[in-house]
Amino acid sequence: MTDKKKKAEKLKIPRQSMPEQDAKVRSRNFNEVPLGYTKEQAVLEAKRCLQCKKPTCVAGCPVDVDIPGFIKLIAEEDFIGAAHKLKETNALPAICGRVCPQEDQCEKACILGKKGDSVAIGRLERFAADYERKSGNIMVPEVALPTGKKVAVVGAGPAGLTIAGDLVKLGHDVTVFEALHKAGGVLIYGIPEFRLPKNIVDAEVDYLEKLGVKIVTNAVVGRVKTVDELLDEGFDAVFLGVGAGAPVFMNIPGENLSGIYSANEYLTRSNLMKAYRFPEYDTPIIHGKNVAVIGGGNVAMDSVRTALRLGAENAYIVYRRTEVEMPARIEEVHHARDEGVQFKLLTNPVEYIGNEKGWVTGMKCIRMELGEPDESGRRRPVPIKDSEFVMDVDTVVVAVGTMSNPVIAATTPGLETNRWNYIVTKGETGETSRKGVYAGGDIVTGSATVILAMGAGRKAARAIDEYLRNKEQGTRNKDQG
Amino acid sequence: MNKITEKGYLSENVVRMVIEAPDVAEKRKAGQFVVLMVDEKGERIPLTIVDSDVEKGTITLIFQVVGKTTTCLAEMNEGDSLFTLLGPLGHPTEIANFGTAVCVGGGVGIGVAYPVIKALAEAGNKVIPIIGARTKDILILEDEIRSISEELIVATDDGSYGVHGFVTNVLQNLIDSGEKIDIVFAIGPVPMMKFLCEVTRPYGIKTIVSLNPIMVDATGMCGACRVSVGGKTKFACVDGPEFDGHKVDFGLLMTRLQTYNNQEQTAMENYRCRHNDR
Repeated sequence: MTDKKKKAEKLKIPRQSMPEQDAKVRSRNFNEVPLGYTKEQAVLEAKRCLQCKKPTCVAGCPVDVDIPGFIKLIAEEDFIGAAHKLKETNALPAICGRVCPQEDQCEKACILGKKGDSVAIGRLERFAADYERKSGNIMVPEVALPTGKKVAVVGAGPAGLTIAGDLVKLGHDVTVFEALHKAGGVLIYGIPEFRLPKNIVDAEVDYLEKLGVKIVTNAVVGRVKTVDELLDEGFDAVFLGVGAGAPVFMNIPGENLSGIYSANEYLTRSNLMKAYRFPEYDTPIIHGKNVAVIGGGNVAMDSVRTALRLGAENAYIVYRRTEVEMPARIEEVHHARDEGVQFKLLTNPVEYIGNEKGWVTGMKCIRMELGEPDESGRRRPVPIKDSEFVMDVDTVVVAVGTMSNPVIAATTPGLETNRWNYIVTKGETGETSRKGVYAGGDIVTGSATVILAMGAGRKAARAIDEYLRNKEQGTRNKDQG
Repeated sequence: MNKITEKGYLSENVVRMVIEAPDVAEKRKAGQFVVLMVDEKGERIPLTIVDSDVEKGTITLIFQVVGKTTTCLAEMNEGDSLFTLLGPLGHPTEIANFGTAVCVGGGVGIGVAYPVIKALAEAGNKVIPIIGARTKDILILEDEIRSISEELIVATDDGSYGVHGFVTNVLQNLIDSGEKIDIVFAIGPVPMMKFLCEVTRPYGIKTIVSLNPIMVDATGMCGACRVSVGGKTKFACVDGPEFDGHKVDFGLLMTRLQTYNNQEQTAMENYRCRHNDR
């Protein structure tokens, strides 16, 4: 067959949809929603890839995955080989295949997407990673000879885990300090089981430990040890990947009534503490009948879908703009809608109403309309005068964003932060105002995505490696002199 | 692992435990707390650090058996290890030489007051501890506190020991006697702290309370522990746990503490301590 003919054949294959749990069934359980490709589907989807000589998709990936490379291996039915190819640049492919916004990254850049449907890169990534994990044949790549350099990584979230994997492979001695009792950061406490099963996160963390990464849980850096103490104790460099973990509330009357949660609390109870399995697990969570989730991002979607699964009769998204401006992934919004979530758009809460026992019973809202674009380019929501109304609610989850937790900055003299308390870095290297101290992920950018934090970890890893090698040389020169 | 090295009952329902936690022992200051989990399926609960021994690398905790988690914890013994322990958390008590400091501890709160009394005495204050309990049998740490300050006043609600009455009455009498008090620390049940603040308010005596709202991560991430202080929302875990008592909304604290009463009952009813399964 000529190349042209081959291409024509490829173009005939439709983008393979991924089987998923029925919406009615899944909205009442915590099992994962998409079920993953079969081998046949994966091979067929992989065959759609044109194997571009200059792949635009790779440029769209924050961690430079060799996308045509791993897809070619799937097309050739070398699934393990595909997983290994992925792991050359991405330590967490089973996670990225599930939670990356591919539609804004690699798949957006896919040439096929210009005229039709792009290759389902994320689904293929997930397939290859799952295939390797289920096979039990997990490759542990060779790590470089020990450099004798020690790196402390603060925070075991996406940025921290990525940098830990990269640096350990380069031969550095890496210890990750995590405040919670489990590694994974937002992957463990934030993203629900039905979107990212926790055994997958555990497996990816195990893999890093097999590579030689040491993980110390229950260690709040800034309290039990400061950054300076880590440096004094012999760490040659410190990476701060602590995330933007502090919840934002709206500061409206009644917000402290019982039954009103931050999304962080609601999701931490359900995901990290497994409150959805109470009383098998000890941590309780309120099973609201009428639950309103305030916000339009992925965290809001995760919260409202959790509410449904906890038995809500009415689960609402209350968002002050329209669906077009929602920051959530389209797929998440669709999933939520299919499961029965009700969208109250152009609506904003202004006050909570409580009963004599201090429990929330109602939420006074005001209707909004879109005005002129604001600095984000989205049209600014403006309240409509005298349009207040009351919604009956017994549980509210506030998912309007997060901000930085100030504990590291407050305990690290000389660490430059901006007015929102995010750490200031020099360009993409993650270098901070303190020598040997690097930062990346949400604590630098403000809340963003898993993959962007991983990308920041990847870039900082290169910078730290270079710093450590120069440092080594510097020491040697001094020794010689 | 955080091994329990000593365990004993101070009264029928109050347990004292010494636990291995060298890093915490070295760092902790009066007023700070730890969060612990009994086992993998357990809750994260905050407990104030009562004392520490840097050489042995241990901390001392005192807790009252009130629900499922504390029941499980109380069933653990010397040699057993906790699933997790995290700390030290929260701001330490602001210790200075205030002059005369009255330190009131009620019930199991006496355990929380103890390190504050100790630190205040070490800072050169004249410390007048007032400790109170419902009845004599459940009064804790009397000898330990008396060894720090001879000024100790003991009160019991039923008059079975010491002054007959509430610690609020004792404090009122002390003020009435003309004692010049520079600062009051009030640590105990919420109603006790609330009423102590009402005693000191007319005299403008600065009164510090230690709040005990429900917490989950206790590192400032979730906001479960939000309290209202001077009309502003604060997180007790990272902004506290100690606050100016005259500004605290105790009513809100009370209602928020009751959020999970039904579930706590369910947990107790379903209670089979998993620790015993092992």
